[in-house]
Parts: sequence; C-alpha cells; structure tokens
Amino acid sequence: MAKRIDVKDLNVYYSSFKAVEDVTMTVEPRSVTAFIGPSGCGKSTFLRTLNRMHEVIPGARVEGSVMLDDLDLYAKGVDPVSVRRSVGMVFQRPNPFPTMSIYDNVIAGLRLNGVKGRKDLDEAVETSLKGANLWNEVKDRLKKPGAGLSGGQQQRLCIARAIAVRPQVLLMDEPCSALDPISTLAIEDLVNELKSDFTIVIVTHNMQQAARVSDRTAFFNLAATGKPGRLVEIGDTQKIFNNPIERATEDYISGRFG
Amino acid sequence: MTTETEVAQVLRPANHRRQDQVFKALAIGASSVIVALVVLVAVFLVTQAYPALRQNTANFFTSRIFSIDTPPIMFGIADLLWATIVTSVIAVVIAVPLGVSIALFLSHYAPERLARPAAQLVALLAAVPSIIYGLWASQLVAPYYLPVQDFLEKVLGWIPLFSATNTSGGATLMFAGIVLAVMILPIITSLSREVFAQTPTFHEEAALALGATRWEMIRTAVLPFGKPGVISAAMLGLGRALGETIAVTIIISSLSDQNRQSFSLSFFNGGETFASRIANNAAEFDTPTKAGAYISAGLVLFVLTFVVNAIARVVIERRRAFSE
Ligand SMILES: Nc1ncnc2c1ncn2[C@@H]1O[C@H](COP(=O)(O)OP(=O)(O)O)[C@@H](O)[C@H]1O
Ligand SMILES: [Mg+2]
Repeated sequence: MAKRIDVKDLNVYYSSFKAVEDVTMTVEPRSVTAFIGPSGCGKSTFLRTLNRMHEVIPGARVEGSVMLDDLDLYAKGVDPVSVRRSVGMVFQRPNPFPTMSIYDNVIAGLRLNGVKGRKDLDEAVETSLKGANLWNEVKDRLKKPGAGLSGGQQQRLCIARAIAVRPQVLLMDEPCSALDPISTLAIEDLVNELKSDFTIVIVTHNMQQAARVSDRTAFFNLAATGKPGRLVEIGDTQKIFNNPIERATEDYISGRFG
Repeated sequence: MTTETEVAQVLRPANHRRQDQVFKALAIGASSVIVALVVLVAVFLVTQAYPALRQNTANFFTSRIFSIDTPPIMFGIADLLWATIVTSVIAVVIAVPLGVSIALFLSHYAPERLARPAAQLVALLAAVPSIIYGLWASQLVAPYYLPVQDFLEKVLGWIPLFSATNTSGGATLMFAGIVLAVMILPIITSLSREVFAQTPTFHEEAALALGATRWEMIRTAVLPFGKPGVISAAMLGLGRALGETIAVTIIISSLSDQNRQSFSLSFFNGGETFASRIANNAAEFDTPTKAGAYISAGLVLFVLTFVVNAIARVVIERRRAFSE
C-alpha cells in the first residue's frame, strides 16, 4: 500500500508571497524521509502540499506537480478530500478530538469512510492502537476521553487515528516537538516500525532525530530572509550527515548556523 | 545625586498599587450594587405579592381562574405559564436550528467579504426595539402566516396541539412563537457564530487531514466545540422570549371568558403570557391586592428567567474550564 511521491518544480505561495521555490524530489516508498532546515524555510508549507492541506489556508496555492505513483494530486477533478484519505497527517501539537473517547478518536476517519460494523471497528481500534504502541496503555479505558492522556500518548493516539484508515503515506510535522524525551523515543521507535507498511515523511528540527529515524534526509534552506525556501539537497541520511555535497548543508549539520 | 527620573521610578510601583486598589474598590462597589439591586427587586416582589397570596382562595400554581375584582379573591397562573412556555419553546425550537445554520454559514462557508458585513448586520438586528418587531409582524407578516396556519390545521389537526380553535387570524400562540423566534434569532446567531469561529484551527485540521469534507469537519470538530456556546445562546434566547412583553401583547389576543372555559392544548389558541397579562392590565393596579396578584405572576416570571439565565451561565463556565 505504500506509494512513491514524485514532486516536480513545485512552488508554493501564500497569496503573493512565494514561500517555497522550485522543489523537485522523490520520496521512496516504505522508507522514512526526514526534512530538516532552519525554521521558516518552508518545511511545513511544503509538507502540506503533499496532501493538499495547504488549501485549508486562504490564499495558499501551488504550481508544479506532485505524483503519488501514477496519480497527479493536482490534476483536474482530483478531490482534495480523497487525497487526504490516502495521505495522512500528524501535527506538531497532538490534536485528538477533545469530546471523543479514545475509541471514537481512532475510528473517526473510518466513520467518515462509512465503516459501520461494530466488529470491523473493534478490530481496527485494536490493530491501530497496537500499531501505534498504545494498546497496552489504553485497552482498559477505550471509552474514556482522549484528552485525558499524556501528551506523548495523545500523539500516539493521533498516529493511531491516522493509520486506522490505512493511508499510503504518512506525513508528520515535528511530531515530537511538544513531547518529553521518553515520549519522543517512543514515537521514534514507532516510526521505525511503521515504515514497513507506509511511506513516511517526517519534519524535524532535531538533527539527531533525523539521523536516528530516517533513511533519507532533505535539507531545506532560505537564500536570505524574505526569500522563498529551497531544497538544498536530498540523499541518504548517512551521506547527508557525513559527506554532504553542499557547503550550506555541512554548515547546518555541524551547527555552524541555524 | 537623585535625578527626577530616579524618583519617578521609585514612586511608580506605589502609584500602580494605588491604581490597582482604586480599581478593585470600584469593581467591588459596582458588583455589590448589582447584587443589591437584584436582591431588592426580589424583596420588593415578595413583599408586594405576599398579602395578595395570603388572600388567594384558589391554588396559585394550578388554578386557571383570575378573578380579583371582588372577594373571594381567586387567581392562578396555570394559563399564563402554559402560554408563556408554549410561545417561548416554539421560538427556541425554530430559532436554534435556524440560527445555528446561519452561524455556520457565516463562520465556515461564506467568503470573508460577505461574512463580515453579514455578521455585523445580525448583531445590529439584535438591537431593533421589540415594538418594531411586533408592529411588523402584526401588520405585515400576519396575512402571509394565515395560510400556513390553515395548512397545519388541515394536515396536523388530529394532533391536539394543532387543532383548530376560535381564535381568529394571527393572534395565536403559534404566531407569537414565530415572531419571538425572529426576535431571538439575531442573538442566537451572533453568539453561535462567535463560538464557531473560535474553533481551534488544530481541531479543524485534525478532521480535514483525515479526509473530512467541510460538512464532516463541522460535525466532528466545530459542532462539538461550539455545543456549550450554542446551549447558552439558546438559554439566553429563551430568557428573552419568556420575558418579551410588547411584541407578544400586540400579537396574541386574550381569550374571552367563554373560550377559556375548557382548556385547549392547541398552539392555534390565543392566550396571555405572564408579561402580556401584566401589561394588558397595568391600568388596574389600583388596590394592593390587585397589584399583588399581578406581582405574584411577575415573581414567577422573574424566577423562571433567573433560572434559565443561571443555567446558561453555568454552561458557559463549564465550557471555560473545559477549554483550558
Ligand atoms: N498561513 C500562512 N500565511 C502566510 N504565510 C505563512 C503561513 N504559514 C507560513 N507562512 C510563511 O511561509 C514561510 C515558511 O513557513 P513554514 O512552512 O511554517 O516554515 P517551517 O515549517 O520550515 O518552519 C515563512 O516565511 C512563514 O512566515
Ligand atoms: Mg513548521
């Protein structure tokens, strides 16, 4: 079910402001690709164009193409709603639905897809929560509100909710930046397990994290403040961290700026 | 050498503290005045009502009689309570779904260019004096309403609530309820719109990222978030409808004694609410007993609106605690 993403000549605008310029890259299936770069360089903006979530922001638009295997996400007649059903997203701030129970949170996406059978739902809840390494902690309180969990548990609940609909790609925008180190490790372990089933893209400001979890790393940068963000280089994580091609990448990785 | 600025810096905190104290005193003073006023009103109502209630030979809550001109004094509020609650509940039942739909349209569908002026217009409508609504309804709208009532009588007449009565034209509880719905629609709409617009983006995005359509996003994120706000808006609207006087007085006709003899459940009956009964008879408050009888009715209305508003407040507070 995991799919390859092919991005070509992508520009992203917020009204007249060009936030991201000329990105071309391939994201390999069943692998973890990390986006790193200084804040404000357009990582989140670019990530959101991979499931058309940028369209939620008034004035945001793209030029260029994003292919999910053979499907052009921006072709005429492609419904952003169906794109988001196959490309899931996990946000920086854990956002379980506060009035829903843990159980209902996990199946929220399935409900939208019209899945009704109690048995199917029960099964999906168990598989997804196990997939998100949360099952053992919550199996006795599935009917309790999701908001009662710790931050790290809430984030894993959000991951369970995202994978419950069996997406082809999972996008994660700094999923650990609001979490403590222990919860962060739990999420990193989880990302490692999930990549056997999904194509994963993870934005992180933490370079050790990128080094730990990703197979490939993309480095984004700003030419100058006020200029659009660009993809500087993308390659195997080993190579980007030990032997990058670009000087700017080496400077960023060795902590010389950013 | 101490310069003036240094002196000023030393003095400033003390100055601030004085300002704080003054403000605190003012705030405490103002809120005690309000509490005192409410208590005084309650005390006034109770002391004025008490002697009349002592003389009352009928059951105050269950009697439908209101005979206070000659002894034996008999009065009860059953009819008034019925008319008040029926008109207000009709108003809320119509205004809440309509107001919520308009609010959702303004907060989540309409383009910014349209939504902003429309929201201001709605807020403005809330300030239209109720006598204007009353005149508008009885003079302009009533003729258009009559066919609707006839139709409902024909189709639903077998249900006692919709059976035909002797009350003529638009002078019915139903029409009063509809006009009250129009009157409380602006407040319900603008309060609901405000809470809907406050739905945190990250809740909305949670739904959208799962592949929710806009309507599904509203159902999963916006409505649950806004529910306490809508409930309190409905309660505030209900409180208004319960106490609305002038528009209702203009619209519904009181029942003749003959028509009052048997109690009718029909929404197409006439009747009087607490407020319209009191307003209709204000000229008669010539003895303490007569005035006291009406004041007793007013007291019930006071308690009713007080309770409804209190419920609205509690819901708002609970929501505040919840959203933190
Ligand atoms: N909703 C928005 N409206 C307008 N500009 C935005 C919006 N979100 C982000 N931007 C701008 O786009 C640029 C990239 O932001 P972002 O994608 O959030 O960067 P990153 O995630 O790498 O920190 C920044 O200059 C930011 O100010
Ligand atoms: Mg970001």
